[in-house]
Amino acid sequence: MIRHHIAALCLAIPLLAGAESQPLGADPAVETRLKALSQELRCLVCQNQTLADSTAPLAEDLRVEIREQIAKGLSDKEITDYLVARYGDFVRYRPPLKSQTVLLWLGPTLLLAGGVTGLWITLRRRNKLLLNDNDQDDKEEGEEA
Amino acid sequence: MKPVLKYLIPLAVFLVLVIFFAFGLRLDPREVPSPLIDKPAPAFHLPQLGEAGKTFSPEDLRGQVWLLNVWASWCTACREEHPLLMELSKQGLVPLIGMDYKDTDTDGSGVLSQAGNPYKLVVTDADGRVGIDYGVYGVPETYVIDKAGIIRYKQIGPITIEALRDKILPLIKGLQ
Repeated sequence: MIRHHIAALCLAIPLLAGAESQPLGADPAVETRLKALSQELRCLVCQNQTLADSTAPLAEDLRVEIREQIAKGLSDKEITDYLVARYGDFVRYRPPLKSQTVLLWLGPTLLLAGGVTGLWITLRRRNKLLLNDNDQDDKEEGEEA
Repeated sequence: MKPVLKYLIPLAVFLVLVIFFAFGLRLDPREVPSPLIDKPAPAFHLPQLGEAGKTFSPEDLRGQVWLLNVWASWCTACREEHPLLMELSKQGLVPLIGMDYKDTDTDGSGVLSQAGNPYKLVVTDADGRVGIDYGVYGVPETYVIDKAGIIRYKQIGPITIEALRDKILPLIKGLQ
């Protein structure tokens, strides 16, 4: 009899553990939003990881904070604004377009435009050179004939 | 194209790169400018370390220029700046308030009794909530807060002699 009780108790341990860890991932909808949101946010401790991936204590605290704010019914924008107000635009992997970030956003396009222009000029010049050469060749051939 | 130009363009491109690197490589990517500069210091109400029942709030120091130094017993870089903080506290220029960040009271008090206590008082932010409000991400961090309760400067990482001499002390004197 006692053995049965002990066995039952042992079997019940995972149940207890399950009950304890419940609040963390209680609501799948909240978790989905937390995951989506924290993938857009940078962990400031290990700067090349997202808040979703990082195991830094601060990232954990911030995930708890975000989870609570989601539960309170705050929108994604409100939560992002909350973090930006404290850590700056750097927490966002997609910084907003403003005077300080114009170069960041338009830089690649400018570089591409510069490259394409350079290429175009070079190709045109080479074409011209080739044409001139051909003309001269033609002339020379004509003279020979 | 003139032959001179042909050699000058790569040189110009190179010089531009040099200028970019000269500025870029000297920046510390760990030093993220805080959006809290020139904003009111976030309010808090925290228990004091080693003073049961006593609390502290930034309101208590309204009308004074003061320093908030975020530290922890587990933070090794905090020990680097500790002698400087001791020196600063000896000079008695400004009230130096410590914030024991994500630490236990025993560990925090232990460090202070062992290495010396430079602080006027220390508050404990055990769960790091107030730290989040202050945008703390790398302890130690030090905030200069002016008479109106506005954050005027944030030192990320340990205070260095240079930062103290060239930035923090002149700023404090100006604010006072």
